[in-house]
Amino acid sequence: MLMTEEIRKQFPALSGTVYGKPLVYLDNAATSQRPRAVLDCWESLAAGANANIHRAVHYLAGLATDAYEDTRRAVQAFLNAPSPEEIVFTSGATAAVNLLAFSFGEAYVREGDEIVVSVAEHHSNIVPWQLLCQRKKTVLKVLDIHENGDLMVESLENLLSGRTKIVAISHISNVLGLVNPVQKIVSICHEKGIPVLVDGAQGIVHEPVDVQALDCDFYVFSGHKLYAATGTGVLYGKRKWLDALPPYMGGGEMIAHVSFEKTSFAPLPEKFEAGTQNFNAVPTLVPAMAFAKACREDASIQKEQHAILEYVYEQITKNELITLYGTPMGSKIPLFSFAVKGAHHEDLALILDKMGIAVRSGQMCAEPLMDRLGVTGLLRASFGPYNTLAEAEYFIRSLNRAIAMLTGDSSRRSE
Amino acid sequence: MTKFFQNDKVLPGRSEGTKMSNMTLQEKKQQIIDDFSIYEEWLDKYEYLIELGKSLEPFPEEKKTEDRLIKGCQSRVWLDSELRDGLLYFRADSDAIITKGIISLLVSVYSGRPAAEISADDFAFVREIGLKDNLSPTRANGLVSMIERIKEIAAQAANDTVSF
Ligand SMILES: Cc1ncc(COP(=O)(O)O)c(C=O)c1O
Repeated sequence: MLMTEEIRKQFPALSGTVYGKPLVYLDNAATSQRPRAVLDCWESLAAGANANIHRAVHYLAGLATDAYEDTRRAVQAFLNAPSPEEIVFTSGATAAVNLLAFSFGEAYVREGDEIVVSVAEHHSNIVPWQLLCQRKKTVLKVLDIHENGDLMVESLENLLSGRTKIVAISHISNVLGLVNPVQKIVSICHEKGIPVLVDGAQGIVHEPVDVQALDCDFYVFSGHKLYAATGTGVLYGKRKWLDALPPYMGGGEMIAHVSFEKTSFAPLPEKFEAGTQNFNAVPTLVPAMAFAKACREDASIQKEQHAILEYVYEQITKNELITLYGTPMGSKIPLFSFAVKGAHHEDLALILDKMGIAVRSGQMCAEPLMDRLGVTGLLRASFGPYNTLAEAEYFIRSLNRAIAMLTGDSSRRSE
Repeated sequence: MTKFFQNDKVLPGRSEGTKMSNMTLQEKKQQIIDDFSIYEEWLDKYEYLIELGKSLEPFPEEKKTEDRLIKGCQSRVWLDSELRDGLLYFRADSDAIITKGIISLLVSVYSGRPAAEISADDFAFVREIGLKDNLSPTRANGLVSMIERIKEIAAQAANDTVSF
């Protein structure tokens, strides 16, 4: 059994101090910290196996290529994808959505067609579709949320039409922190023959993902939120789709044959991996996924995570000055976005920063959702498996102190 | 003429009571540097900025227009100015109180000075009190944008005064 205090030791960043205070890192939804195993893997590849992959016959190239392709199989297993060819490496979730919006758009989307996203999407799962809409004169339709933050899944069917070409929805919103009923959404869409892309940037971190059980057509995520190196990411796509889509970028190694008369493309997955890949970093996904899986399966860590969820949820919801977005606790991950009456989110974040606490403030790349909620921004605290209940308690104490500073209620200042 | 522009508001803090309008620009800046230097802890500096922010004159809602909004801030900042007898007067607001405290510093230093003097100033005192370095990157950008807007207005006004 792992203990939270034990796994913290694997993360060099967590023993750091800021302004002389111990760092309390609660911005995990933006990017996670990286364990020693990931840092070591990264460094050892850069130092000991640095050669371009898929190209040369020399020894180092073999090492690098094996590490890269082993990672593909590890991701396949992690997602329970049918085959490794359905795993395409990208530089992150954003790059994966852009790839898909372009290639899928070229193949299937015509003027007057429709694409559906939800109002709670990250900009990365909105703007690529808007660009496609501009290119193809397509209509972007938006699935709304209920007051508590749940997707209005019951109105999805009405939103779909004979012209809907794809539905793109997040597994877990980076603002609301609620696990969306992806399986149900997929089955509603599939009944009408419409494919579904799942933005798993947050989902992959908190939920076990089985793409065959979900039956989604595409699933994307970033490595850096999942303890892996920055600049890594994955697009999973069902083979029937990926085979049918044209390439996104052209360049080295994505081709079968090039001549000025006719160029043909490499089979999957290389067709979508043009140019030199991030081969020093991609293999860090292996120790990163192992860490994520170990945390998910560890009773002691799960217990601490749940204790944090219950404690912060209770403390935040019982405070009459605070409005929490994304309720109830049942389908929630330990991610809390909220507004405080009389205190601006940015002021709160600045004060918490000086107390050593890293939180996010602002629109969190979800401006349409902020408009929907009627706020200019929110404060977000997002916890990872290495955060302790003691840190959660310090966060709540500090938050109350910051609120007191800003609202002028000095009785709470020394709490 | 609105009441604000005739107001000779002083900053709360150690300098309370001193009539800042009789000072030179350099004296005003030094006073703020001195006021700030007594706070060693950052939380105390923030407490001070919050007090300053709260003491800033109310900004009329109808003046919170798009053209008075300063871009580059995570929080919203509005800046209004008026040129009277060759002197430039500023009034500002923000929805975030610490930002409001910072702009109130700028307003208290630069409001009521000749446009040419403002536009020639290097605004280095902002760095001396540690504001630019210690605020968050987005906030620092907001501060930079705010300073740029003040300079822009001053340069424009100085120009207009000359050609008039
Ligand atoms: C839900 C969601 N989708 C997409 C992204 C984009 O991820 P990246 O910036 O790593 O490409 C994020 C990251 O903040 C996210 O939270």
